[in-house]
Amino acid sequence: MDFSYTDVQQMLQDSVQKFVQKSYDFDTRNTILNSEKGYSNENWQLFAELGWLAVPFSEEDGGLGGSAVDLMVIMEEFGKANLIEPYTAAAVLSGSLVAELATGEAKTMLVESIIGGELLLASAFAEPGSRFNPGSVATSATADGDDVILNGTKVAVENGPNANKLLVSARESGDVRDAQGISVFVVDASTPGISMRSYQTVDGKMASEVTLTDVKVPASNRLGEAGAALPAIEVATNRAIVAVSAEAVGALEVLLQKTVEYSKTRKQFGTPIGTFQALQHRMADMFIQCQLARSIVIMAAMILDGDDSAEEKARAVAAAKSRIGKAIKDVGQEAIQIHGGIAMTEELDVGHLFKRVTALDLAFGDGDYHTQRFAQL
Amino acid sequence: MNADFTAEELAFQEEVREFLRSEFPADLKTKVDASVRLDKEDMVRWQKILFEKGWAAPTWPVEHGGTSWSHTQRHIFATEMGLYGAPEPIPFGMKMVAPVIMAYGTEEQKQRFLPDILESNSWWCQGYSEPNAGSDLASLKTAAVRDGDEYIVNGSKTWNTLGQYADWIFCLVRTDNTVKKQEGISFLLIDMKTPGITLKPIVLLDGFPEVNEVFFDDVRVPAENLIGEENKGWTYAKVLLTHERTNIAGVPRGKRRLKALKNIAAETDDGFGGKMIDSASFKHRLAEVEIELKALEYSELRTLAALSVGKAPGPESSILKIVGTELAQRMDEMFVELAGYNCLPFVPEQFEPGFAGEPIGPGNSASAALTYFNNRKLSIFGGSNEIQRNIISKAVLGL
Repeated sequence: MDFSYTDVQQMLQDSVQKFVQKSYDFDTRNTILNSEKGYSNENWQLFAELGWLAVPFSEEDGGLGGSAVDLMVIMEEFGKANLIEPYTAAAVLSGSLVAELATGEAKTMLVESIIGGELLLASAFAEPGSRFNPGSVATSATADGDDVILNGTKVAVENGPNANKLLVSARESGDVRDAQGISVFVVDASTPGISMRSYQTVDGKMASEVTLTDVKVPASNRLGEAGAALPAIEVATNRAIVAVSAEAVGALEVLLQKTVEYSKTRKQFGTPIGTFQALQHRMADMFIQCQLARSIVIMAAMILDGDDSAEEKARAVAAAKSRIGKAIKDVGQEAIQIHGGIAMTEELDVGHLFKRVTALDLAFGDGDYHTQRFAQL
Repeated sequence: MNADFTAEELAFQEEVREFLRSEFPADLKTKVDASVRLDKEDMVRWQKILFEKGWAAPTWPVEHGGTSWSHTQRHIFATEMGLYGAPEPIPFGMKMVAPVIMAYGTEEQKQRFLPDILESNSWWCQGYSEPNAGSDLASLKTAAVRDGDEYIVNGSKTWNTLGQYADWIFCLVRTDNTVKKQEGISFLLIDMKTPGITLKPIVLLDGFPEVNEVFFDDVRVPAENLIGEENKGWTYAKVLLTHERTNIAGVPRGKRRLKALKNIAAETDDGFGGKMIDSASFKHRLAEVEIELKALEYSELRTLAALSVGKAPGPESSILKIVGTELAQRMDEMFVELAGYNCLPFVPEQFEPGFAGEPIGPGNSASAALTYFNNRKLSIFGGSNEIQRNIISKAVLGL
């Protein structure tokens, strides 16, 4: 038994830490957040150069290995910096989906351009009625000669506004929640019939509501076999869940650390508030939450990398996301409460981290959703 | 033992309901139901309608334009307002400074300030907290130095709610540095137009500058604006706090929001062909909230019954503050949970008055996260819930 990182993972962590410490302080983040695109393409190109965009892919596919533990290493550091760049959406979720579904020449081209930083993808799965279930797909794909016509609405498409191409889940047959009949299509973002309402999310990322009206794409843009994409969507989503969970672990750790620091310097009644036992115990509880969150994310990442059945993997991921949801509420809310009013302002990074972890709690299903999923699996 | 209203009280309840149905402006009702922020004009307009009816200040004595309502009637009025969604008056003038002026002000001060507060001609804000005086309010440092017929005020206040609208600010200022910190504080009324006052808006997590920092740079305040005696301000401030605690539990608002949660849950897809109201876990938590709300309501009624027989409000107001705010925050979490991805868009302007665009997401679901963020303040302000627990441990449990 050994929970330490490999030398390569250690180097990866060092390199992300170095970047974050040097080039991603609170003010820089705010500048990026308020820039026109809402993310830094310069950073994205740097991620490509440093090889980080290759991390989600196996060596066979031209990547650096693609283990969930590697993703965890990167994402924890991104979480600490409250990074805005769409790594989960574009590289982990969309990248994993491409790796799972695409084949041959198409796969090589897509993977190479993702790793190279030229292709920025967004996955459009969620719909107005699907809530967190990626297997609920009402968007239709109708064959029309050598083309396919897409119609439907996708919501909460992270990185939608900046994506060159969208990966759209659509139904070729069956009822809304049938497991069979779902395909994924690569759709150029500029295809006629696509309209986007773009917005910044509460945690500073860019996202869109995407309406597809008679969007015509060549049938060859389908990734994988017709109607058989759901298992791949679930695999990609599970990896993305580990990514956002690790991101939350990083963010929560910083929230704890900042709260403890603040309690040592903030004086009321003539003494640092950290000397009050009522607050000490609550910070001790925050620490416990952070540790349990970290433990269960490690568990989920290791199981995803292992030889367990798809069902066991899904259970591990559901367990992690459920437990992380509890830690997010407890640690996030306590960080604000112990800081007091100052953490309610936009001027302090604590509030922004709180908003980020709140969004991460919802990402791919909140704690309650995954508790139920765990119970049913 | 009974918790029934008398026939007269029931008739009064019906009168209040009828008044709200006919007089609460429809455009304001629409805004409230859509979670759109009410602006100053909206709030003043509604207050003036209440004033015309003679109901602007239910807690004031009749001689100053209040009502002669019993505690139970006041409770009925506040309950019906909350259930209907009609906003309470902004508390700073009506509920906070006015009782202090009535109790400790001169006749001249009463004549000068109270009628404008009653008619909502003047908007008041609060100058209490400072960057280094929060829970430990008595350590405040903003200084007022006597110079002839004036005080010269220097320092800064923070967490000043809606000061951007205000005509007047009531301040706790330090007038004596040489004594115990509680004994060197005075209560001063300052015209916001006085030279030397600047406001710096503080944007909160929901994107709205709800509070300000207020800076005082050699601000000259006529000594006649001092309330009561110099260095007695801390005593007056504590009186103000007990007045402020009425209706702090927020039961009516809680009931209205519980109903909204149920309605939204009945319409929200669970992603598996059902609705969120069918989720055993969600239903369980809804039930817990409803039960807690009942326990809170009856705790409030017991306080009310004690008040009605002339007992002073005691530490039970701390119970109402803690439970009321924490319950409201639990409901905020449930609104976020129901909204799911729909609360991710950070588009605060769509809940501001005058927004003409097409809102993102169904209904007002995009307001759920904004409210969740903003309402973290509930357990921080008005004496943080930690301070409330201190009060219970000391004043009730004798620890």
